[in-house]
Amino acid sequence: MSDDKITLEIDGRLCTAVPGEMIIAVADREGIAIPRFCYHEKLSIAANCRMCLVEAEQGGRPFPKPVPACATPVNDGMKVLTRSKKALDAQRGTMEFLLINHPLDCPICDQGGECELQDVSMGYGEDVSRFSERKRVVKDEDLGPLIATEMTRCIHCTRCVRFGAEIAGLRELGATGRGEDMRIGTFVERTVAHELSGNIIDLCPVGALTSKPYRFTARAWELTSEESIAPHDSVGSNLRLHIRGSQVMRVHPRDNEAVNECWISDRDRFSYEGLSSPERLTEPLLKRNGQWQTVDWQEALHAALEALQAPGPDQLGCLISPTATLEEQYLLQRLVRTLGSDHIDTRLRQQDFRGDAADPTFPWLGLPIAELEQQQGVLLIGSDLRQEQPLLAHRLRMAALDGATIALLNPYALALNHASLQLVAAPPALASELRALSQVLGKPVQGATVEISDRHRQIATALQAAGKAGQGLVLLGALAEADPDYSLIRALAAALAETAECRLGFLAAAANSIGSRLAGSLPHRLPGGAAPKRPGLDAQAMLTDPRQGYLLWGLEPDRDFADPSLAMAALRSAKQVVACSHFKSAALDEVADVLLPISAFAETAGTFVNAEGRWQRFQGAVAPAGDARPGWKVLRVLGTMLEFDGFGQNNAREVHDEVAHACSGLAPDNRLSDARALTAITERSAPSAGALTRIGNLPIYASDALVRHAPALQRTPLAESLAVYLHPQQAADLGLTEGDQVRLIQGAGSHSGSGSVGDNAAAKEARAPVVLDDRIALGCTRIPAGVDGSEALGPIIGPVRIEKIGA
Amino acid sequence: MAENQNTVCFRTMHLDARVRHTLESYRSVGGYRQWERILREKPDPDQLINEVKTSALRGRGGAGFPTGLKWSFMPRSKPDQKYIVCNSDEGEPGTCKDRDIMRYNPHQLIEGMAIAGYCIGATIGYNYIRGEFYEPIARFDEALEEAYAAGLLGKELLGSSIDFDLYTHLGAGAYICGEETALLESLEGKKGQPRFKPPFPAQAGLYGKPTTINNTESLASVPVILEKGGQWFLEQGRPNNGGPKLFSVTGHVARPDNFEIPLGTPFRDLLEMAGGVSGGRALKAVIPGGSSVPVVPGDVMLTTDMDYDSITKAGSMLGSGAVIVIAEGTCMVKVLANLAHFYAHESCGQCTPCREGTGWLARVLDRMLAGQGRTQDLDLLDNVAGRIGGRTICALGDAAAMPVQSFLKHYRFEFEYLVEHGRPLVEAA
Ligand SMILES: Cc1cc2nc3c(=O)[nH]c(=O)nc-3n(C[C@H](O)[C@H](O)[C@H](O)COP(=O)(O)O)c2cc1C
Ligand code: SF4
Ligand code: SF4
Ligand code: FES
Repeated sequence: MSDDKITLEIDGRLCTAVPGEMIIAVADREGIAIPRFCYHEKLSIAANCRMCLVEAEQGGRPFPKPVPACATPVNDGMKVLTRSKKALDAQRGTMEFLLINHPLDCPICDQGGECELQDVSMGYGEDVSRFSERKRVVKDEDLGPLIATEMTRCIHCTRCVRFGAEIAGLRELGATGRGEDMRIGTFVERTVAHELSGNIIDLCPVGALTSKPYRFTARAWELTSEESIAPHDSVGSNLRLHIRGSQVMRVHPRDNEAVNECWISDRDRFSYEGLSSPERLTEPLLKRNGQWQTVDWQEALHAALEALQAPGPDQLGCLISPTATLEEQYLLQRLVRTLGSDHIDTRLRQQDFRGDAADPTFPWLGLPIAELEQQQGVLLIGSDLRQEQPLLAHRLRMAALDGATIALLNPYALALNHASLQLVAAPPALASELRALSQVLGKPVQGATVEISDRHRQIATALQAAGKAGQGLVLLGALAEADPDYSLIRALAAALAETAECRLGFLAAAANSIGSRLAGSLPHRLPGGAAPKRPGLDAQAMLTDPRQGYLLWGLEPDRDFADPSLAMAALRSAKQVVACSHFKSAALDEVADVLLPISAFAETAGTFVNAEGRWQRFQGAVAPAGDARPGWKVLRVLGTMLEFDGFGQNNAREVHDEVAHACSGLAPDNRLSDARALTAITERSAPSAGALTRIGNLPIYASDALVRHAPALQRTPLAESLAVYLHPQQAADLGLTEGDQVRLIQGAGSHSGSGSVGDNAAAKEARAPVVLDDRIALGCTRIPAGVDGSEALGPIIGPVRIEKIGA
Repeated sequence: MAENQNTVCFRTMHLDARVRHTLESYRSVGGYRQWERILREKPDPDQLINEVKTSALRGRGGAGFPTGLKWSFMPRSKPDQKYIVCNSDEGEPGTCKDRDIMRYNPHQLIEGMAIAGYCIGATIGYNYIRGEFYEPIARFDEALEEAYAAGLLGKELLGSSIDFDLYTHLGAGAYICGEETALLESLEGKKGQPRFKPPFPAQAGLYGKPTTINNTESLASVPVILEKGGQWFLEQGRPNNGGPKLFSVTGHVARPDNFEIPLGTPFRDLLEMAGGVSGGRALKAVIPGGSSVPVVPGDVMLTTDMDYDSITKAGSMLGSGAVIVIAEGTCMVKVLANLAHFYAHESCGQCTPCREGTGWLARVLDRMLAGQGRTQDLDLLDNVAGRIGGRTICALGDAAAMPVQSFLKHYRFEFEYLVEHGRPLVEAA
């Protein structure tokens, strides 16, 4: 490696570099500041702002003109002067040009105080303008609820345009017009609709693109900043929270090449709005004679303890949101287990637990996040990745652009921003599709298969070739995890991965799904991943076989379960329900007896373990809303009141250390014990005649309570509402057309495997309009989960009957 | 002198005007013999390139870069698709020579492109033609059809293993699309704006593949160079300035026209061919190479010869060979304002100095002409132009800056007068 290093001189300092590196990259590494606007490490080089002009010479011969440092590759023996008279004159010249048409409205500009143009002009601008002509005024664009525009301030650096083309994979913004009339805009007036769109706010060096929710709410210098970790997916994006008083005013990415690079998803950027939602639960409440009463914490905690002890150990079930912190999950399982119950689970959207016994101890992505980009062949099984994990989708897009084969097996085809090979099959057939792929590779797996097509051959051979090169990956996503045949799909995926010599990986759905494995907040796992003597009931079993008492943590029972109707029925039938929650809701009002307000994202210290098994600790950045308290503290008090051992921690750090200790020596590993045997699990039968299979995907902005309460995100085009997406042919068969209102019936017991709900077997019903979509597999219908109206439905993946209203 | 005229690109000019652009006419002057010989004999491309190098043919599009040398940069051994692109966008104010090559001798351009393609290993060529050139486009397309029908273009030509396909692509009225990399962007269907170089088109051009871009006249000269030899071509002009060249003489002359004359011909003779300064006026100034080059005072021009090196010595550039003649009695501030508006209008807008600076220059000149000039404006103009030139992505920035600086240098008194008196020294006659 040292052979192909070269040396050059920048401002008299000797620097080493790799040939072909740009001057600006070397200077940045050396801490030598060169002003720039258009250059950005993650974007292609445009060299259009001309702010980075420097003087250079090679072999004693000066370059005739100043050269752009961002676009001039270094050579051995090169000499660069970034602050010579010539260089400074060039930089000042550019600065003057940039300012002549820039409005001097810094006092009312949201970027004021953190504007690259303002900063650089301090160093390179003149005090008096020589420009006495009229300044340019530019009409604004409406980019939707997230991004505010003030296009007169645009300096045409095209960072936003390149972001669209290169990172987002969607050319939403572009430059039109020539010369002074060049404009950055959407070509046709259109709302920006992309899950990463907010990053252009950070990229824009001036106040042309700013955050709409944040607009005019604070000045940069009033803000303090705290580090945090994003709570909505298993990337665990590193965040910087900007705070005024006790309020999060906005959220920015914090660079971490290994995790989120310099990006964050819009979900992670704008969900903070939910923190100040009027729906926040801000005081402890007790239900007395059917009426809610505000009580003090002391009284509430006593009531909670009573409610938790009353049902007796085997009758207590604990259901936890997988976004709960490691510390919360750990203390919860400790509390519940000390009370004598192992009925504890965070896998709220899983329906098939037949494979629990074979579960790996510390499942993970199968490789570090950054290595996704180097994969040559990837098969995604049951994953709407852009919705589930926007930044992992971005990593795979980079791999695809680099020539990787990205294959998908889903009940509906995805709209992707890169080339892909997609297999689309209705859920009972997903297993057969996987068997077909194994069969192509000459390792048939017993069970039904589909006819092998060219696409199967293409995918299987691409995986095998990638696997041989050590860069092949088979990933299981959230739709797979929600499938009634998950354990079978997982086993078949493992078998295929093994045959193709690919790695197997899990796209953990939530911020701390992996943390649950380590904290022991699962019926078959103790802290550190050990198995209890006898596993407790899983999330599904706790509902199909209802308990008398429940402890709910951080969830909305009508939105966060695989089968909200089943969940609500079970909770209704319970005698005691204690809910620790961030938000109020009609559903909690109905089923709970004690409501304890706990601190949400940003309000508590804690730890998330991300998809790649990275432990990321964060501090509470703002005070909890109202009277809410950090979850781990509430649990510590409960444990102490019960005089249980192991609740004496002084801070979240000590809780973290206990879990870390229990996990010492534990490394991520996806091997399933006895995978082959699992492939013998049989599919649950296809829905009976007249029914389709509902695919209840979780739309990006319906993923958890915080996002659901973030108003700006809910106004974006990506926020879905309840609808019945049908293949046109399927719709025709049902006599339906676009816009028809239909009644949806998900009756209990209509699914052979879902068990009985006892007295609550009444059919569940909702209404929604039909939307035609030829990406949906025949035999299914996509009906989103987690959105308004979906709470009246049954299993997210399961049979549904559709009836036209008025027919 | 007449026997020295029209020897290369205009060699069909003497034929019947109704048919001189046809395949038959072209064949009658020896057309397609070089291409057919290549198809038959498959000579070593390097040998052909050397012939072009010997000819000292310099790019006729404006920059004057040696054509043979440019071709030798192409990575011929690379297996990639390669392209030859002809730049017939001809947007430089004052220039109208490529238009007439396509009108009067389109087949020679086709033959030149085919030969160039062979030399650089390109099997596909595009002729990017200025969209307003209705008649030249029609002529060129007719010629293409004839050439295809005659088996001179297409696949496995004359039973050889050589393919060459040629397509017409029309511009849409943007001067900047004449800049070679903006042309490539436009050809790819994108917004026409120049690319930052490096990489140069020979490394990554059209669709990222190795590409050579040449001007119409450069390419149309090639068949004659191969027919008569590089040495012959060189001897038509001067050392380092090979061949005859087309000059578009416009402005205040009695008979504006295109003239194909040997490089090195005295300007005085060229002016005479165009009928002298119109209205019997005295010569004030000449812009000798298209609007983008520095202006030269008339008396200097009258002792200068028309070749690259002589014009450089006179303080300007031969550029595209558009000779704009300016008679005594012309207000040089107005001339400059006119040019400044052109560049402000045609700047693609991507780089800061050109986007912001060209408009600024035009506005200051307008303000001066409106009688609101200030003494500082002269230095301001000079300084703003200096902050554009040499600091932009493409040469349009330089093209906008150079006239300003040269006009101020040679005609400063007219600008001073205007500022002082609020009206031009030279009022329109
Ligand atoms: C603003 C601008 C406009 C140009 N317009 C033309 C043109 O219309 N025709 C042309 O041949 N070259 C034009 N050029 C020059 C081309 O970029 C390029 O140098 C030329 O086509 C190369 O061909 P040659 O080497 O045969 O001269 C222009 C250059 C600039 C900077
Ligand atoms: S809007 Fe901002 S990021 Fe986009 S081109 Fe203008 S200044 Fe650059
Ligand atoms: S110099 Fe002018 S025309 Fe050339 S790239 Fe820059 S802005 Fe565009
Ligand atoms: S940063 Fe180099 S030209 Fe913009």
